[in-house]
Amino acid sequence: MVKKWIGRLYALGVFIFLYAPIAVLIAYSFNAGKSRGRWEGFTLKWYGTLFQNQQISSALYYTLLVAVLSATIATVIGVAAAIGLSQMKPRWQKAAMNVNYLPVLNPDIVTGIALMLFFVSVGVRLGFGTMLLAHIVFNIPYVILSVAPRLRKSSARLMEAAMDLGATPMQALWKVVLPEIFPGIMSGFLIAFTLSIDDFVISFFTTGSGVSNLSIEIYSMARRGVKPEINALSTLLFLTVLLLLIGINLLSKRGGKKKNGEGLAEQSLMV
Amino acid sequence: MKKTSWLAGPYLVWMGLFIVIPLVMILVYAVMEEGTLSIEAFSKFMQPVYVKVLARSVWLALLSTAICLFVGYPAAMFIAGREKGVRNLLLMLFLVPMWMNFLLRTYAWMTLLGNNGLINRFLGLLGLPAMALMYNDVAVVLGMVYNFLPFMVLPIYTVLHRMDQSLIEAARDLGAGSAGVFTKVTLPLSMPGIASGITMVFMPAVSTFVISRLLGGGQYMLIGNLVEQQFLVQGDWNFGSAISMILIVVILVSMGIMSRFEKGQEGGVTPW
Repeated sequence: MVKKWIGRLYALGVFIFLYAPIAVLIAYSFNAGKSRGRWEGFTLKWYGTLFQNQQISSALYYTLLVAVLSATIATVIGVAAAIGLSQMKPRWQKAAMNVNYLPVLNPDIVTGIALMLFFVSVGVRLGFGTMLLAHIVFNIPYVILSVAPRLRKSSARLMEAAMDLGATPMQALWKVVLPEIFPGIMSGFLIAFTLSIDDFVISFFTTGSGVSNLSIEIYSMARRGVKPEINALSTLLFLTVLLLLIGINLLSKRGGKKKNGEGLAEQSLMV
Repeated sequence: MKKTSWLAGPYLVWMGLFIVIPLVMILVYAVMEEGTLSIEAFSKFMQPVYVKVLARSVWLALLSTAICLFVGYPAAMFIAGREKGVRNLLLMLFLVPMWMNFLLRTYAWMTLLGNNGLINRFLGLLGLPAMALMYNDVAVVLGMVYNFLPFMVLPIYTVLHRMDQSLIEAARDLGAGSAGVFTKVTLPLSMPGIASGITMVFMPAVSTFVISRLLGGGQYMLIGNLVEQQFLVQGDWNFGSAISMILIVVILVSMGIMSRFEKGQEGGVTPW
């Protein structure tokens, strides 16, 4: 059937569009010549210079540190907030959720400059602390949004039941509610982690001199033109992402709870 | 019953401190100058130079959104129409580039479009003259489409995937041809996905300053670049805040328009 082949060709075209730039980056990361255009033989030297690059390794360190810290803190505050909110009056709940939505709906640049204005006005020096704080600020809403739907379904009745059976409210939370919403907590944490790793705009406005993450480093390098080290870095990140996704896919297949395609699609929308 | 609603307390304070106050500060900086109410920052924006920047931002964002829709819809349909195994594989292939760092994805186009880039090298091999592919509107739109296409495809895919297939069969049984099925059944039912796709592409596209800076060059101005410049180069916080307010209004208007189409879906497209 002609129609079938048109469809396939079209899809192939779209995938070529998506992958061609990445493929070119990967190919050039092994190119001995510094100029992009010409192939001057195979080399691994850009990977060597990449690892010797102090700025990049410090950026990588800050990226991971901020991601781990901000995702953890955001998960703690966010889960507590989601549980607390679920027991408040619907009117208050709705009002709080609307405010909670603001960082999700606002473009990053607005969140970034708003926080920068705030930090500078209260006299905090921009740097690691402010960047971490900013990441927590934009991570919490996503944690709440991934935990809240699960709470609505189960928590209130289960908590009552636990307390009827003699549990204190805190015991009921620890033993009944938290295990019940655990998948939501996990996905909230993962979303927060990936958002933090990927963030550029908000970090860009809220960090100070000497502290940058990978995105900021790539931006300042790319602004000065094309650098072979960035190609090597891209290749490594691409492989990491590919392995991670394959890993998640295999795991969720084994777990078999959720149709993994959908799960992935839903998660990826966040990034 | 003793409740644990106090657990939300810290976050309520937090929201006031880090969400509400910073946004109010933008508003204050936009309308106050040296302690008095002033619309000077807004009237400064009314100069043709700046209005042009706004118009260009909105236009390029609309253009990219339209391209994403026309390229992405068939792609989403194609993926949704496969069998489960293939479908999941295709979805994953779609997601891999998206999980790569946003800046690297944009940077990738610099290596393709540059004067010594691959495309110009290829033209050279064919004996054609090199073209200036970078530092123009086309490059910026290309960067936007490349970066935001998945934001269009995924919500549309989600709606198509969850669509009740018996509706399509029913339409066929009642005599609709494939064009009829598409225009009368599939397309109207996928409107919520289209609407959220449009919002999700338009919003980052209209507010970007990275794509325009890297692919448009240092002189290239979109509204995002204008904001960035006011805060980080000029140090004019009043003007920068006023432009941000205008950007917020543009986005609120676009979301207002789109939310009309999103009604009637039970959170199907929201990512969580």
